[in-house]
Amino acid sequence: MPPGGRRAELASGGAILLEARELHAYYGTSHVLHGVDFAVREGESVGLMGRNGMGKTTLIRSMLGLVPPRSGTVRVRGYDVRGWPTFRITREGIAYVPEGRGIFPNLTVLENLRMAARPAPDGRCDWTCERVLETFPRLAERLGHGGAQLSGGEQQMLTIGRALATNPSLLILDEATEGLAPLIAKEIWRIVREIRESGIATVIVDKNYAHVTAITDRNVVLVKGQGAHECDGAAARANPASLASLLGV
Amino acid sequence: MSVFAIQLLNALQYGLLLFLVASGLTLIFGIMGIINLAHGSFYMIGAYMAFALSTLTGSLAVAMVLGVALSVVLGLFLEWALFSHLYRRDHLEQVLLTYGLILIFEELRSLAVGNDVHGVPVPSAFGGSIALGDTMTYPVYRLVMSVVCLAIAAGMYLLIQRTRLGMMIRAGASNREMVGVLGVNVNLVFRLVFALGVALAAFAGMLAAPVSSVYPGMGQQVLIICFVVVVIGGIGSVWGALAASLLIGLADTFGKVFFPDYAGIAVYLLMAAILLWRPEGLFRRA
Repeated sequence: MPPGGRRAELASGGAILLEARELHAYYGTSHVLHGVDFAVREGESVGLMGRNGMGKTTLIRSMLGLVPPRSGTVRVRGYDVRGWPTFRITREGIAYVPEGRGIFPNLTVLENLRMAARPAPDGRCDWTCERVLETFPRLAERLGHGGAQLSGGEQQMLTIGRALATNPSLLILDEATEGLAPLIAKEIWRIVREIRESGIATVIVDKNYAHVTAITDRNVVLVKGQGAHECDGAAARANPASLASLLGV
Repeated sequence: MSVFAIQLLNALQYGLLLFLVASGLTLIFGIMGIINLAHGSFYMIGAYMAFALSTLTGSLAVAMVLGVALSVVLGLFLEWALFSHLYRRDHLEQVLLTYGLILIFEELRSLAVGNDVHGVPVPSAFGGSIALGDTMTYPVYRLVMSVVCLAIAAGMYLLIQRTRLGMMIRAGASNREMVGVLGVNVNLVFRLVFALGVALAAFAGMLAAPVSSVYPGMGQQVLIICFVVVVIGGIGSVWGALAASLLIGLADTFGKVFFPDYAGIAVYLLMAAILLWRPEGLFRRA
């Protein structure tokens, strides 16, 4: 599956969008990240893998300032963002779809989209609320429904749509297909592929690692809070056994 | 008949005024999770600003404009200096700080304007009365108060339900972290909500000053009844606060008419009855 044109060019030679160096982070008293290095370039798709409790979500959350790292640096487009509040970091063009989705149940579908919608830092506005609704026609049928009235699949479409409405350069998906019926999960993967082809960089965390490696340019495996293994997408696809041992599957 | 009409208007006016104070209290409590005992003090500060500034400028309208601006500044300052540090603390610490603020505000009031009771004249434009039936009249200023309160309630509806800021406020009430992830400065949103609550309470005090006079401790009386409103209406629900304020206005006013000896407990009987029926309050959290 050769990735096409401008996206592939960006993925190999693009500027670094988000970068963590020697990151140490704690969750309460437990030391979760032990000096992780991680980077995503413009247009690149990176699979972030590892068994439960290996620090994938903590790595994401500490890069976004949600869990302040104890030491190490995080850079966004070259800026050292240590100490920045989360909203300033994400305003640099990062969208995060968290595990559990984070839909506002007391807002309607349209309000969930409208409260988040904004142009990219450079003023680009490819993703309007209208385009999001064209991409997710099921949401268009439920504009006035409260977030709590949606099915799991619809909620997931809404979080992804809401993330796109912020016109990100990087979309981070944490367990986006968890708990979804296979048919719905397939639909989500189709959309993720579409997003990736449009040139938006992606970081994908998902238990179904075969689906991840089918899409990504590069994969990073975390073991006990450290980057243990890194391989490009083609290698992972050619030799799935190399990942299987690290992931315990 | 017209006696009934007058009492109904009184109930409405009292209920709507209560709503202005209680809506800020319920927003700050429900959205930001802060029990603000000092909220009644903002009502008191508003009333004293109406007195001091109208004496100074000779116009209650000018005093109100200045007073609202000053109370917004006060609200922004207090949120920045004190309340923003309370979000992650437990309720006991919030109660201690805000109770301390009541004492400080009362002392400052005492130092600045003394402990006398003051009157604020009704603006001459609204000084008259209109006839109700053949024998009764009703003061125009009280009608104006009700109309102004209704306009503010409508404005709040539009702000909270129809604007992006309102969507951010409601989203922040349900998942504060996610609002930040979406690139919204949620601290700033909360600071604005707090300042709005302070301004509403102070404005209610200014509006009430000509009819209730201005006296020490007036904030505490309002505070207690406002907590009753918040509990009856459902914590965090602005529409619950509106419904509860009107119910309390009716219970209090008609309690005084029909059972003058027991009027003091009418409101609390109403609260007990509603909580037995709906322990969460009339409206669940918005």
